[in-house]
Amino acid sequence: MIERFVLSGTGGQGVITAAIILAESALYHTEYNAVQTQVYGPEARGGSARSDVIIADREILFPKVLEPNVLVCLSQMAYDRYCSLVRPGGVVITDPHYVKRWQHASSRHVEVPLHDTAMRELGSTQAINICLLGALVRLIPIVPLDGVRDVVSRRFPERFRAANSAALDLGAGLVQESVTTF
Amino acid sequence: MAATDFLRKRFMPHIWCPGCGHGIIMRALLTAIEKLDIEKNDIVMASGIGCSARMLGYIDVHTMHTLHGRALAFATGVKMARPDLTVVVPMGDGDALAIGGNHFIHAARRNIDMTAIVMNNSTYGMTGGQYSPTTGCGEYGTTAPYGTVVQPFDTVELATAAGASFIARTTTYHAREMARILADAIRHPGFSVVEVLTQCPTYYGRKNEKGDAVEMMERFRDCAVPVGPLDDNGRATAADVEAADASVETIPIGVFRKEVRAEYCDAYRRQVIEPAVAAASAAADAAGGDR
Amino acid sequence: MNASAQKPDRTRVRFLQGNEVCAEAALYAGMRYFAGYPITPSTEIAERLAERLPQVGGSFMQMEDEIGSICAVIGASLAGTKSMTATSGPGFSLMQEAIGYAVMAEIPCVIVDVQRGGPSTGLPTHASQGDVMQVRYGTHGDHSIVCLTASNHQDLFGIVVDAFNFSEIFRTPAVVLIDEVVGHMREAVDVPAPGELDLTERLLTDVPRDVDYHPYAPREDDRLPMSNFGGVHRYNVTGLVHDMWGFPSEKPTIVNDLIHHLYLKLENRKRMLTRWREWSLDDAEIVLISYGSSARSARHIMENRRSVGVPIGMIELQTLWPFPSELIRARCRNAEYVVVVEMNMGQIVHEVKRAVDRPERVFLSNRVDGEMITPTDIKHLIRVIQGKGV
Repeated sequence: MIERFVLSGTGGQGVITAAIILAESALYHTEYNAVQTQVYGPEARGGSARSDVIIADREILFPKVLEPNVLVCLSQMAYDRYCSLVRPGGVVITDPHYVKRWQHASSRHVEVPLHDTAMRELGSTQAINICLLGALVRLIPIVPLDGVRDVVSRRFPERFRAANSAALDLGAGLVQESVTTF
Repeated sequence: MAATDFLRKRFMPHIWCPGCGHGIIMRALLTAIEKLDIEKNDIVMASGIGCSARMLGYIDVHTMHTLHGRALAFATGVKMARPDLTVVVPMGDGDALAIGGNHFIHAARRNIDMTAIVMNNSTYGMTGGQYSPTTGCGEYGTTAPYGTVVQPFDTVELATAAGASFIARTTTYHAREMARILADAIRHPGFSVVEVLTQCPTYYGRKNEKGDAVEMMERFRDCAVPVGPLDDNGRATAADVEAADASVETIPIGVFRKEVRAEYCDAYRRQVIEPAVAAASAAADAAGGDR
Repeated sequence: MNASAQKPDRTRVRFLQGNEVCAEAALYAGMRYFAGYPITPSTEIAERLAERLPQVGGSFMQMEDEIGSICAVIGASLAGTKSMTATSGPGFSLMQEAIGYAVMAEIPCVIVDVQRGGPSTGLPTHASQGDVMQVRYGTHGDHSIVCLTASNHQDLFGIVVDAFNFSEIFRTPAVVLIDEVVGHMREAVDVPAPGELDLTERLLTDVPRDVDYHPYAPREDDRLPMSNFGGVHRYNVTGLVHDMWGFPSEKPTIVNDLIHHLYLKLENRKRMLTRWREWSLDDAEIVLISYGSSARSARHIMENRRSVGVPIGMIELQTLWPFPSELIRARCRNAEYVVVVEMNMGQIVHEVKRAVDRPERVFLSNRVDGEMITPTDIKHLIRVIQGKGV
């Protein structure tokens, strides 16, 4: 088993933090190995943000993701740039608030209204990356939701614990059923 | 202990030219140390490169002859590792203010407890008399055959702007006062700068027709004007030079600043180390050792 | 030194960046003074130590530049505190003069260079292994130096501890040379318990107070028992060629002995200094040699090709300097082809060519566009060498 994720969006949305949490959750709450890398540089300053995560049942050697099984795009620019990289049979996850999708036959496309739901239920998009994690691990059930909850609770100060937990459940609630990508 | 007991006589004779002022400064420094009654083992001297830097080879304390301009940075590491040691850094004017200018202003800004002695002879003696950052505008050096076209640094003003908490200037003519000032500077708990105007008859003196060593020291005597006493804020009041003819060259000497400000090692220990150690041990107790 | 990567013990495993691993391993080794200057991609080392060092009673200091940083590190070490700095190419260039000073004055210190693309400002956030030769030959003058690297965080932890140990044993600067990929990547590291890894403390002189101590008179094993500044022995330390007292000398016999000592104290001890890993060399007709993050790609394609029956093996170098030429010669003796994988225009490949019996069989698989070299890049070169085309 090897699952390759690319999480992308705009700087400030927290997709890199989400990637770190995803990998860390896999490490602490599954038997898998995990490696996380990210794209640094001028383009990470307010522009686009990208982080790669590989979760596998074996030693992970090459740490970058050239062809993801799972691509998350929270910006049109990221979608346009990375969409064609997805492996056949892979899944592309977008938020219709940010991304206008175009046809791509070889991968599945799942739209999750993270932005609108977060605005409606939480009043801001501050925790949109936590919502994303909830949706992501419901869709790709490689890491238990409560494992993510544990890592999130240890990463942020105590006073955010309840709000983050709610955001995680909110995201998970947006996805009805899981998909298999490998 | 006599001042000469601090000499490493085995490494004599020294390398300085006849008439050089550096020996006078070494003598004053040893007198100051003797007066302060500090154990040899508790003193570290660091120097850079140049005639000035060779001083500490002859002094029987812990001596570190480092890189051109970098002595203050090396000394900073020593002081951070052993804040209990007394640190003295003899430097030349090029060493301190040109290649080492950045370390000089930042050591002053940190107010880390050490004494920088800027032995200012207005030239690079070791390399044969090139113009330095304290060579006067229009003066000559082997690399200024037509005279320099830039203004020199004023060491005292530079140290003041950078935040040194003890600042003084003296000359090799004022050897006894120099010893008193150096003792005061070493005792001061912060970054101390003592500029000592010293003669290089071999290069600067000859290139600029300043005469021999004695004539150069007589100039120090004749031009020196003591600054006034320190005010309540530890800053020198203006020298009484109004009576003097404006066309006459003057060299203000004395203690320009002496104020007690937070010293770096002390402030770092209080503000950073002590709370961090306390918080870490509290966290370890709270965790009960289960993670 | 051929351990296979262990699956981490999850009760004490931590998910860290390579830069954070450097910081934690240095603390484990007893490093208590760090001086540095911010520079991508090494800054996380400074950031973590700014927080962590005071927790263990140590000091972090942000200096005015990289020159000041390495100088302060050397000063602190001379006064008895294990010390370190971290930087990347441009800062490493600035440090060269002072690294030469530490070599000459034989003062232990550790420098982490997290390589980025160069020359000059280059590619601050991208992968490169272009500093390998600078570590060896960056200073003026003639001497040897210790340089260690790693491709994964578990090895990196041990390598940093080794760097401190070698630095103390041989009184030399030791360079931990990693690259942007290893520095920024996060993966599991099983942090060793105290005592689990050996720590070598400074060899201090046993010469008593008031008895003549010769700070620069090496023992038969080339080691120099040290007396820290502030101790009972006062002596002179200089970057000039010096005699056994540490006093400047230009006497040819003294100069000759010192230069030989600085070179041979390391070059004669490769057996102790060499760290490496190797896989499937017994029947290997193709041997890959790599190091740092490139070794991850190399091993990836090695395992992949093995699985389809290609007789391929691999050596991952963790000690780059002094270069383990005898090891390379022995391991490559039966190889038809040797492929060196590195992210530069060819640096270690020249050392490999000098080491092996048939240098014409040594090829370079490289990449210098700032992207990490991929297993496919290496596969293409292997196929070309085999005459199969990409």
